[in-house]
Amino acid sequence: MKSAVIVFPGSNCDRDLAVGLERASGKPSQMVWHKEASLPEGLDVVAIPGGFSFGDYLRCGAIAARMPIMKAVVDFANKGGHVIGVCNGFQVLIESGLLPGALMRNAGLKFACKDVELVTATTNSAYTSELQKGGRITVPIAHHDGNYIADPELLAKLQGEDRVAFRYLDNPNGSVDNIAGVLSANRRVLGMMPHPERLNDPALGGNDGAKIFESLVASLSVPA
Amino acid sequence: MKARVDITLKNGVLDPQGKAIQHALGSLGFDGVDGVRQGKVIELDLAETDKSKAEATLKDMCEKLLANTVIEDYKIEVL
Repeated sequence: MKSAVIVFPGSNCDRDLAVGLERASGKPSQMVWHKEASLPEGLDVVAIPGGFSFGDYLRCGAIAARMPIMKAVVDFANKGGHVIGVCNGFQVLIESGLLPGALMRNAGLKFACKDVELVTATTNSAYTSELQKGGRITVPIAHHDGNYIADPELLAKLQGEDRVAFRYLDNPNGSVDNIAGVLSANRRVLGMMPHPERLNDPALGGNDGAKIFESLVASLSVPA
Repeated sequence: MKARVDITLKNGVLDPQGKAIQHALGSLGFDGVDGVRQGKVIELDLAETDKSKAEATLKDMCEKLLANTVIEDYKIEVL
C-alpha cells in the first residue's frame, strides 16, 4: 500500500500519521507539501493530518482546503482513491466538499482532549474492515471544533446508506447522532475527529488506532 | 472600492458561542436578552470600480471561501 501525507503550515500530526501508515504497510509514507499541484504517482491512500492548518483562520480547514494540492486530492478521490482525514484533516475534507455536513465549535465550548471510546458503526469500508461492528476501540480526541452537524435530510441519508463509520460512546462535543466519523458516498473517503495515529503503540498506552491502518492495508494491498 | 461582508449562522444552526455570550450578559445583569448570535465581518478593499461587477465577484468569493454555505448566510455590502 502506497500512501502520502499532506502537510500544511500548522499541521502537527503529519509525522504520527506517516508512522501509523508505515507501521501497518511496511512502506514509508511520502510527505507532500501543500503547495505541490500534483500527488506522487501510484498512490493508494492520501492522508490529511490533524493540527491547526493556517492557524484555523477564517474557519478550521477552510484555507487549507483551497491550497493547490487539494485540487489534486479531490481529483484523486473522484477517481476512486482512498482519502482519510483526521481531526483538522476531517475539517479540511468537509471544506473541500469531499464529505458532507459541517464541524462546529464543541457544544461545551471547551477544547476536548482525552481518550474516548468509539463504537464501530460499519465494517463496510476499507478503514473498518478488520474491526467488529458494534465493537469498541479507544482513541484520543483533541479538538475545539468537532461538533458534527448534519440537517435531518443529510443525517437520514448518512444513516440509510450506512455511512457513519464511528460513533462516540459518550458524546464529548455535541455531534449529532454521536457521529465521530463519516464516509463518502463511495465509502472511500473517511473523515474522523479522533486520532488513531496517537494511540498506535502499546508504549503510549494502547494501539487500538493501529487497527484502522491495518484494515486499510488488508483492504488495499493486492496479494502477491 | 470598499466592501463589507457579514457572515452569520443560518437560522436553526445552534450557536454555542452565542449562547455563552447570552449567558455572560445575563450574569452582568443585562436582563431580557432573548437571543445572541455571533458572526463575523470581513472588510475588503477592491481595485474594481464597477459596483455590479464587484458585487458579482464578492458573491463568488463568499460561495468559494468566505462563507461555509452549509451553515452560514452572507450579506454583501459595497460601500
